[in-house]
Amino acid sequence: MNHLSAVKHVIIVLSGKGGVGKSTIAVQIALGLHAAGKKVGLLDVDLCGPSIPKMFNLEGRDIHQCPEGWLPVYVDKEQRIGVMSIGFLLEDLNDAVVWRGPKKNAMIKQFLSDVYWQDLDYLIIDTPPGTSDEHITVMEALRAYNPDGAILVTTPQAVAVGDVRRELTFCHKTGIPVVGIVENMSGYVCPHCSECTNIFSKGGGRALAQQNNVPFLGSIPIDRHLTLSVDTGKNFLESNPGSPALTAIDHMVKKLMAIDKDLP
Amino acid sequence: MSQVPENAPQHCPGTDSEAAGKAEACAGCPNQAVCSTLTHEPDPAIAEIQKKLSRVKHKILVLSGKGGVGKSTFTAHLAHALAADENLQIGVLDVDICGPSLPRIMGTEGETVHQSGSGWSPVYVRDNLAMMSIGFLLGSLDDAVIWRGAKKSGMIKQFLRDVDWDKLDYLVIDTPPGTSDEHLSLVQYLSGAGIDGAIVVTTPQEVALCDVRKEISFCRKTSVPVIGIVENMGDFVCPKCHKTSTIFPPTSGGAIKMAENLGERFLGTLPLDPRIAKCCDEGKSFIDEIPDSPAVAAFKSIVEKIVDYCRDVVKNKEVETGEASMDVS
Repeated sequence: MNHLSAVKHVIIVLSGKGGVGKSTIAVQIALGLHAAGKKVGLLDVDLCGPSIPKMFNLEGRDIHQCPEGWLPVYVDKEQRIGVMSIGFLLEDLNDAVVWRGPKKNAMIKQFLSDVYWQDLDYLIIDTPPGTSDEHITVMEALRAYNPDGAILVTTPQAVAVGDVRRELTFCHKTGIPVVGIVENMSGYVCPHCSECTNIFSKGGGRALAQQNNVPFLGSIPIDRHLTLSVDTGKNFLESNPGSPALTAIDHMVKKLMAIDKDLP
Repeated sequence: MSQVPENAPQHCPGTDSEAAGKAEACAGCPNQAVCSTLTHEPDPAIAEIQKKLSRVKHKILVLSGKGGVGKSTFTAHLAHALAADENLQIGVLDVDICGPSLPRIMGTEGETVHQSGSGWSPVYVRDNLAMMSIGFLLGSLDDAVIWRGAKKSGMIKQFLRDVDWDKLDYLVIDTPPGTSDEHLSLVQYLSGAGIDGAIVVTTPQEVALCDVRKEISFCRKTSVPVIGIVENMGDFVCPKCHKTSTIFPPTSGGAIKMAENLGERFLGTLPLDPRIAKCCDEGKSFIDEIPDSPAVAAFKSIVEKIVDYCRDVVKNKEVETGEASMDVS
């Protein structure tokens, strides 16, 4: 039984740098695609720091087994967004998963082969920072399924862009197409005086995309409502209409869906 | 810590045990041959590292379960602050193999490491501040280090064993996010030389705290003392109207509450000042560049607490062993 062959599009969310918003973006993409009427799965392969359950307010939920394999945890009643994460397998939320590479690889392989996603339009895979075991294992396992490619998330400052450049090299070396680069945490609008401050500089993501000839999917401004939404597990897309971050996310999701159509 | 695999036969003595492969229960186990040929002596590198680092007074780890919270920024500036005292020798080691950012933050990007008879010479940021990072070994800034865990651990071993630090007062070690190969190897290889303690860096929001709790649980499992918790990216002060606002809301009470709940020490909060990020991008020390920032005062008070802690560690050791410190200075 091969569960991934029934999935139409696979998108991997990557970044060499940590804390740039990979999980936040992965969640927003999933919600955006869901809002566009797609059936979406979200797989969290960050084993040492799983954040996806928290962001969907699914902490403490359990995974159920069925004859076909593990059933993902569904966010909505209609079962149109399914989530799988190691967070569901931990007894205590504060437990550290202190595993070396081989054990992490085995877990990821199990996630990729045993989860019964059923017929998904999109499977989004959220990854930990870096270019190591988790990434190599995911790329090797996915090669057979012809994934759409990877979205690289960065923040604008040079320190982050430096790590994302390495991630681009990783994609080239492992033969995964780059769907595009997203710049997160672009500017912050002061709620008192409306002055926009570029806390983490500006334009680094766009420049990187241009230099390397990959599509730029847009920049998402810092929005405290977005951080608040992911912290409390609320649906940002539904609760904050009209925010500039929302518009940016909308654009990104539209671009994603359009790019996919052009792919062979 | 004896490891019993899940699918092991009943009464498995554990793969790390002396009896592994030789016990009665091992008969017929497919892993028997592997277990019985394993040596159970500790890695000789541990003793070599202990010898190499015997002239390093304090060893501090900078940890966080979460990425992008400012571990490297904190490491770099802790080193700068400590090195402000010209009588101290400071070393910084970057064990983030896949995403080394310290060379950029410390303004040493593009430097290379030289080999001498006594090992690798570190790169000097100033006279009394030396550093080592895999960034110095890469040909180009685009080079990705696509390594699995075992290879990363080998590199870390080399960094600890082969870098010619000479005499150091502080060695500050910056780590990647997570609780995996790099962290386990560090703790294992430093088990002989000893670690003074770990500083755990976090940001205020719950999504970050979740991962940081795991890191503290890691420290407890591996018996690394936690010096304290630092909260980075606290309130944002608008450079135009100087009013504060919260970007990363402490929905669960922030780091101070977490420290209280876990019984760990809270070292302080660093405000979010956009000029800090700019200084890091340019490889400058924000302590020197923007002395008027509220972040500088907060940072200095945190550094003081860390220095006090390290002094106490030495004192306690003297009391325990009944010996005076070997160091006459």
